[in-house]
Amino acid sequence: MPSLNTVTGAKHARIYSVGTYRPRRVVTNAEVCELIDSTDEWIRERSGITERRWAGEGESVVDMAAEAAKIAVERAGIEPTDIGLIMLGTVSHPYAFPSASVEVGELIGARGAPALDFAAACAGFCYGVGMAADIIRGGSAKYILVIGVERLTDVVNEHDRGTAFLFADGAGAVVIGPSDTPGIGPIVWGGDGSQKDAITMTASLNDFRDGLVPDYPTAVMAGQQVFRWAVGEMPKATKEALEQAGITAADLDVFIPHQANNRITDALVRALDLPPNVKVARDIITTGNTSAASIPLAMDAMLQSGEAKSGDTALLIGFGSGLVHAAQVVTLP
Amino acid sequence: MSQEEVLGGLAVIVNEVAGVPVDQITLDKKFVDDLDVDSLSMVEVVMAAEDKWGVKIPDAEAKNLVTVGDAVAYIEANS
Repeated sequence: MPSLNTVTGAKHARIYSVGTYRPRRVVTNAEVCELIDSTDEWIRERSGITERRWAGEGESVVDMAAEAAKIAVERAGIEPTDIGLIMLGTVSHPYAFPSASVEVGELIGARGAPALDFAAACAGFCYGVGMAADIIRGGSAKYILVIGVERLTDVVNEHDRGTAFLFADGAGAVVIGPSDTPGIGPIVWGGDGSQKDAITMTASLNDFRDGLVPDYPTAVMAGQQVFRWAVGEMPKATKEALEQAGITAADLDVFIPHQANNRITDALVRALDLPPNVKVARDIITTGNTSAASIPLAMDAMLQSGEAKSGDTALLIGFGSGLVHAAQVVTLP
Repeated sequence: MSQEEVLGGLAVIVNEVAGVPVDQITLDKKFVDDLDVDSLSMVEVVMAAEDKWGVKIPDAEAKNLVTVGDAVAYIEANS
């Protein structure tokens, strides 16, 4: 039996840059309350959200992802042709095939790059960052574009009181590449299929096609169940991510949890006992919950506003439908 | 464990989660209507109570805990 060659890559990986796309249309709570029986006050109290962005014409999953990716590539100081892999996390691309990622590659001038879409819902970005770091260290790619993008308005019933005010649209992308020093800590991740119904669809597309359900399938969420899981289990995952990275909460500059709900963020901050100097992402207030896009959107907003700076140590955690979760410590680009 | 002890412990939890002054948390008060503890805060109160007293309060049971007295009685009976 012949002996096969293998490759190894860089010793470490880091995030080089982040780029984002926010849809043009701003939707206020007042506008949402024309669609659901709710009030601005209730929405603010339950979620922290004051407004969100909803995608329109020319703002498909692919369009938004490509715009975010272009900015990330430019900020990384590399050429699109340097991209060795495109990984795109989404649950709202309306085509089963071809992938959104391969289309993004074409749009940004990275034809030839391997490309894949993956679905880890609101944990998608952290899954992508973890996998990209390992692929770079494994030597299968040098520069990887990791994209989180959602057009959740396509899969949400705008008249559903439990979700219509919460979910929104947008895209975030990072370039991850080789590094002399560790810039991405070990991933701590998991899944719990026993809670598959906590955030799911009202039916499958097949059921709809076959006339078994009257309405196009949309998201349905057991809000309190998800809240209980997030607040009960995610502090454990974040603590383990800190431990595996060999640091403590005192070493953190920034905490960027998935922007699920400001109340979940509040509870996580309490449970983690974060030092008061740690900056906490609150992008949900003006962005809503954008699932896989929420962490890079929040990261970019904090860097652009100066609230966080390049080189800061940040704790990331994504969690959502599955239920699945992933956390890691990273150095901000 | 006395009723007073459970009430005292629960009052500390409700205060930490929802910021309600401890002296307002009495047996007759309704969580939602009197103390402004909404459903999400209630989830946190339930989780903290489970940790503190080692009780299991399933979502179906938590829905029946309307007053502080309901919660105290449930914890006393099940811990």
